[in-house]
Amino acid sequence: MTPMTAPTPDTAEPILAVNNIEVIYDHVILVLKGVSLSVPRGGITAILGANGAGKTTTLKAISNLLHAERGEVTKGSILFEGQEVQALSPNTLVRRGCIQVMEGRHCFGHLSVEDNLMTGAFTRKDGAAAIRDDLELVYQYFPRLRERRTSQAGYTSGGEQQMTAIGRALMSRPKMILLDEPSMGLAPQLVEEIFEIVKKLNDEQGVSFLLAEQNTNVALRYAKYGYILESGRVVLDGEAKALRENDDVKEFYLGVGGEGRKSFRDVKHYKRRKRWLA
Amino acid sequence: MERLHSIFVAPFADMVAAPDFFLQVVWEGLVSGVLYALIALGFVLIFKSSRIFNFAQGIMVVFAALTLVGLHERGVPALLAVPLTLVVMFFLAVAIERVVLRPLVNQPDIILFMATIGVTLFLIGLGETIFGGENKVMITSELGIPTGSWIMEPFGGFVSIEQKDVTAVVGAVLLVIALLVFLNKSKMGRAIRALGDDHQAALSVGISLSTIWVIVWFISGIIALATGIVWGARAGVSFALEVIALKALPVLMLGGLESVTGAIVGGLAIGVLEKVFEIYWGQPLLGGNTEAWFAYVLALLVLLVRPQGLFGEKIIERV
Repeated sequence: MTPMTAPTPDTAEPILAVNNIEVIYDHVILVLKGVSLSVPRGGITAILGANGAGKTTTLKAISNLLHAERGEVTKGSILFEGQEVQALSPNTLVRRGCIQVMEGRHCFGHLSVEDNLMTGAFTRKDGAAAIRDDLELVYQYFPRLRERRTSQAGYTSGGEQQMTAIGRALMSRPKMILLDEPSMGLAPQLVEEIFEIVKKLNDEQGVSFLLAEQNTNVALRYAKYGYILESGRVVLDGEAKALRENDDVKEFYLGVGGEGRKSFRDVKHYKRRKRWLA
Repeated sequence: MERLHSIFVAPFADMVAAPDFFLQVVWEGLVSGVLYALIALGFVLIFKSSRIFNFAQGIMVVFAALTLVGLHERGVPALLAVPLTLVVMFFLAVAIERVVLRPLVNQPDIILFMATIGVTLFLIGLGETIFGGENKVMITSELGIPTGSWIMEPFGGFVSIEQKDVTAVVGAVLLVIALLVFLNKSKMGRAIRALGDDHQAALSVGISLSTIWVIVWFISGIIALATGIVWGARAGVSFALEVIALKALPVLMLGGLESVTGAIVGGLAIGVLEKVFEIYWGQPLLGGNTEAWFAYVLALLVLLVRPQGLFGEKIIERV
């Protein structure tokens, strides 16, 4: 696989632009209340936040998997490479180069690891030889998958499943991967390993990443830009470096207090929200 | 004492005393077993890829057979009628996907099940309107299926094997092999298995549901045609054929809803066992006609011991 797009500076047109979207589940449950974000071509951007903040919903809105859960984007627009994605099926979107790796891996449990990877090539029309080459490439990035290629994916470890899921997405030759909670349920060492590979893929293959993470610490070390989501709104965004040094982020997401240990009594939740929402 | 003797000893003594007759019984059982297996296979494929319990499988068998015979009645040569029937089955698959499955996607399973009952009723009506409701004779010899029988003499006895039964068995085996190769080696087959495992993930990697559904229903249509030809050759083509689909239920319970192997083994086992039970136990002890219920009772007993069926997919769960 040759690099698909040269990483260009942030000034170019973003590969993905989400403008003020609102998402409603089941016609009544308002989950996203106007989220805007953008991912530059060749960037790694992180969406951070607690459970239920709307990270997964944002990703699913982009990959158009919301319909399967009776969710609907009711306002705003999502542009992938300048084109509106709302009317496209997930199938078309994958064909255009935007693929999601779902939270909790979602490997095909009864299929072998290799068959799992091959399903990622479903939308491709460029021939068996090219697909073989890419399988080889995936094995280069994830040598462990080569060892387990014939095992049923359901019986592999959590880390191997996460690698399988990312490898499977890679097989579609994506320009952009939406990566949902890659760290979920993995040992810290493995989390580090997975993120190293994400960074390598970004550097060497030019794949852009939008990742949703609860592990703020790791995510902000690998991402270049971050958005913090709280109850369906972006409350803060900025360069990863700046976010890491932001006192509020430190206190509420990284667990380091400004001046020594703090007790819960001193955490003035409302004050923080007020300041951010202003 | 005499009663126990007639249950536990006499039938086996009969089997040993007349091994040629026993072989004949087993063979007859195997042939119906092949048919049960084929119908069950149609169910399994659709269930695996869409979690829909396709009640319409039975009527698809009738419809395919009717179309074939009906086309021939209207003057289409037999060997051309087969591909034409396949074309009809393909369009049926497309229509079912467009009209029934697509609008109902994401609805609860029971609604989709009800929808397949609707499809059943529709096909009954359509079949009767176009081809009429009277019984028809399968165009066996026109299709080049031999109708003679072979006489064999094992153990100094006498077994008669009908050539069309042999054709049916061979045809079914070839069909199953082709299906297994397709499922395990081809890109579409892989996608079908993936869809059976994880719907959401399949969507996320860009597997197109509608394409897969059309393919799966079309394959079921092919299987239905094969079943229809074979069954029609034995018993004629009529809407009564539809009830043999019900025979597939115990097969599925026995074999598990998701297992291709299960459907085949379950079908053969039920075919043979019900025949043997009928001849050696049913007729002498219970006044006969046990074939009507034997399979269901057997399935019930299996379910008591193994709720997922004999070959049901083990749910892989990481703890």
